[in-house]
Amino acid sequence: MNAPLYAKAYQTITDIKGPLVFLRGAPEVRYGERVTLVDSLGNKKSGQVLEVGEDSIVVQVFEGSDGLDKKGTAVFFSGDVVKLGLSEEMLGRVFDGSGKPRDGLGEIFPEVERPITGSPLNPVCRQQPFQYIETGISSIDLMNTLVKGQKLPIFTGAGLPANRVAVQIARQVIRQSQEELIVVFAGMGITSREYNYFYQEFQKSGALANAVLFLNLADDPTIERILTPRLALTTAEYFAFDRGRDVLVILTDMLNYANALREISSAREEIPGRRGYPGYLYTDLATNYERAGIIQGQKGSVTQLPIVTMPNDDITHPVIDLTGYITEGQIILSRDLDRKGIYPPIDPLPSLSRLMNLGIGPGKTRADHRQVQDQLYALYAQGKELEKLTAIIGSAGLGETERRILRFVERFEREFINQGEQPRTIQESLALAWDLLSEIPRAELRRVEDKYIDQYWRGARP
Amino acid sequence: MIVGRITRISGPVVTARGMEGIKIRDMVRVGELGLVGEVIEVKGDLVSIQVYEETDGLRVGEPVQSEGRPFLAELGPGLLGTIYDGIQRPLEVIRDQTGVFLARGASGDPLNRSKRWHFVPTAQIGDHVAYGDVVGWVQETPAITHKIMVPEGIRGRIVAIAEGDYTVDEPIAELDTGQKLYMKQLWPIRRPRPSAQKIAPALPLITGQRIFDVFFPVPKGGSAIVPGPFGSGKTVTQQALAKWSDADIVVYIGCGERGNEMTEVLTEFPRLEDPRTGQPLMRRTVLIANTSNMPVAARETSIYMGITIAEYYRDMGYDVALMADSTSRWAEALREISGRLEEMPGEEGYPPYLASRIAEFYERAGRVICLGSPHREGSVTVIGAVSPPGGDFSEPVTQNSLRIAGAFWGLDARLAYSRHFPAINWLTSYSLYLDVLQDWYIRHLGADFLAMRRELLEILQKEDELKKIVQLVGRESLSEPDKLLLDIARTIRDDFLRQNAFHEIDAFCPLKKQYYMMQAILTFYKACQRLVGTVPYDELAKLPEWEQLSKMRYVPNEQIGSFFPKFIQELSTLSKEAVR
Repeated sequence: MNAPLYAKAYQTITDIKGPLVFLRGAPEVRYGERVTLVDSLGNKKSGQVLEVGEDSIVVQVFEGSDGLDKKGTAVFFSGDVVKLGLSEEMLGRVFDGSGKPRDGLGEIFPEVERPITGSPLNPVCRQQPFQYIETGISSIDLMNTLVKGQKLPIFTGAGLPANRVAVQIARQVIRQSQEELIVVFAGMGITSREYNYFYQEFQKSGALANAVLFLNLADDPTIERILTPRLALTTAEYFAFDRGRDVLVILTDMLNYANALREISSAREEIPGRRGYPGYLYTDLATNYERAGIIQGQKGSVTQLPIVTMPNDDITHPVIDLTGYITEGQIILSRDLDRKGIYPPIDPLPSLSRLMNLGIGPGKTRADHRQVQDQLYALYAQGKELEKLTAIIGSAGLGETERRILRFVERFEREFINQGEQPRTIQESLALAWDLLSEIPRAELRRVEDKYIDQYWRGARP
Repeated sequence: MIVGRITRISGPVVTARGMEGIKIRDMVRVGELGLVGEVIEVKGDLVSIQVYEETDGLRVGEPVQSEGRPFLAELGPGLLGTIYDGIQRPLEVIRDQTGVFLARGASGDPLNRSKRWHFVPTAQIGDHVAYGDVVGWVQETPAITHKIMVPEGIRGRIVAIAEGDYTVDEPIAELDTGQKLYMKQLWPIRRPRPSAQKIAPALPLITGQRIFDVFFPVPKGGSAIVPGPFGSGKTVTQQALAKWSDADIVVYIGCGERGNEMTEVLTEFPRLEDPRTGQPLMRRTVLIANTSNMPVAARETSIYMGITIAEYYRDMGYDVALMADSTSRWAEALREISGRLEEMPGEEGYPPYLASRIAEFYERAGRVICLGSPHREGSVTVIGAVSPPGGDFSEPVTQNSLRIAGAFWGLDARLAYSRHFPAINWLTSYSLYLDVLQDWYIRHLGADFLAMRRELLEILQKEDELKKIVQLVGRESLSEPDKLLLDIARTIRDDFLRQNAFHEIDAFCPLKKQYYMMQAILTFYKACQRLVGTVPYDELAKLPEWEQLSKMRYVPNEQIGSFFPKFIQELSTLSKEAVR
């Protein structure tokens, strides 16, 4: 992001406020144009035009406005929107939140440049997703299957191991796909502890060779976070649609992204929506999340796994809520399961994969998959209700079936969900599921057709 | 022509100067790329324009040109089976122009200009015709005859009309006034198309979905809202209705929702068969797709575009069902534009005119006697999805829609968590249309249909009360009849109200089958009630009939007549001996 030689310089800044710089008298400026600012000491910053009027221009500065002044700062307009240089060399590399190399291995030589905002995919060109991605985690693969081209967020709470789950998924999908699939990982506002964790985990497992990392640290400029997911998605689209690769994009943490957006909005004195977030939060999030999918007649796919922290575990928080409305389901981490020492603490009840049906079944996973999932769900839901009930009235009044369901719940949590770091194939997950269903009398298996019960059910244990 | 200059650009809102004489809601072309926009505010010598495409790269000083007319929908044969964006650009044509990603400034004629349609006149030379009169028809699809109607503002005696193959731009008739009639006509999308008379709806929209047809029906010409938190199945519900309801025409608006969902419709509808005509469902469907990442201002028009097309087919005498998914995204687009205009916000930042805009939209639903001759009756049924933030129904979009719509289908996150779909809460949902539909139900399904409906609802109501007791004291302390009631209620919920939208047979349930299923459950309930005093309930709970009841929704449609009467007969004769 250097200022091109031909760009015009303006030294007409009138106001500086938070991440925003206001200036006068630059008539040729385009809306959304990329800007370079050079302060009096020669330090460069980059920015983008947020608003143009006849006599004032608003620029947001990605690195923050620290050190800028009215007189000494020169503003260069590039005449073009913000772009990212892309090439195959990006695999195995680590970049910062604004796309500069962070690993000391030097700049890449771009093959193409693309605007980072991307363009909406024409709905008639989309291919309906049809293939599942094996993450090796039973409570995802069997219960809420991830499908290529899907966007499936993980909703987590402070202190829950979302990052560990994310890294585990990244590692396992690369391995399970025999390195057919690559991961683009974007970290927004992560701590240096997390940074070390991510970097080391990727390096240790060898996953780094099949990954591109964009990492914006918590002490990096906040506003840069507006760019980070867009850089990651532009990279993903390049690998998917130019190079025909299947790409999994992990974005963590989108709450930090939304907070950066709120910061700019409030500096612009816009009318705030819920909890101070701008009214266009939905649209803005959608322009990121919708950059997932498959194109008809082309190889390659972009799948998204954004991670969003629920402040105070509140699922109705605007960022969580709007994410849920845009994405195709959600995986929810549970504090209760985490306290019981269960890892990964994925709560199947509120989790959902909307595209699951497209990716499973005969020829994909197994014919009984849908019904087994349905049955596990129903029993687990019923069992959790029973647990609540027995907490009040005790287990004395319970019938035989109820006791069996409670035992099922216990085993489901301890064995099925609590799988640790050991990956399971979908066949292994299904086998374990049928083993658990054998706790239950046949007549209670209402959601599975007889033919599957005959084939897989091993009879109610004593 | 009025030409001005851009003075300010802020997201989808552009301000221009020097457009003296321009009217509110006039369509304009913005900048060198000629982006489509609409005038939404005039303030001194400045006008504000909402632009239906991304404004990145625009500059102050670029020209803004008035088109001298409001935003018009193009209506005529060829709408069916087409997918448009919010400003009626055909997305398939746009793909051929700009590739897989949408580029700005693309344009395409909504109706194919070169395709020839075979026009058959029904009016003759010498006939006097006026607005709304049918002069002929075109076979648009094997099932749909597209009536060619006289547009507004034209009246006179026909001096020339002939059968033949025409494009939508070629005149098919001429009047003595010199005016010509075409198969294509234009209509300003924000103005409701008039009718001779609005009449009370009296026929149900049969959806094949038990919870709607039995519990909360909506008539043809009625309106319903489907609010629900994310993951509760709004879209699956909307799509099930679009697939299975017995409307002649379906207009499906994907307003600010997911791209993959539109793809789902595009993939499935051409494959699925309309049960009544045997034609692919796509051939009765018009799709309007403005996904969440497409320009926000066009989201606002997509709703009006959809309803204008719906009214146009209504005017031919068809029953049209319109699904808008989601009206909340439309309201948010209003809010975003309003914010950019720096208007004084109302509740939750929405503009103060939100309520009136919602009301105007839902009021375009209805059953009408169409203008002109011959006599035609048509209807537009509006089913709007609402996405309340945090699933909180007290928010402005839900509340304002609730005041207008006649049926409320409240989706419930807890039902969705327990995988009870459609996750419509039977205790909080309602339909205000039962009175007007009563006659139809009695005539077509017998007097006991509504009585059985009431019984089912009473059982579920009672269950809700009993559950509270169970929470406190446990199930064992209930009386025997109450235990029976709880299990019957579970059967109603699990085996009647739950419906699998993805199951080959269960996805669509004919009314007759719905009737039999209710009858079977209630017959069994009565038989058990008879026995419960003499046989311990735990014995009754083990009867194999419970499982049979749970499988009856999978009885194939062609076996309904042979299976159910026998099954119900068996249930009614349940005896003490059978239990032992």
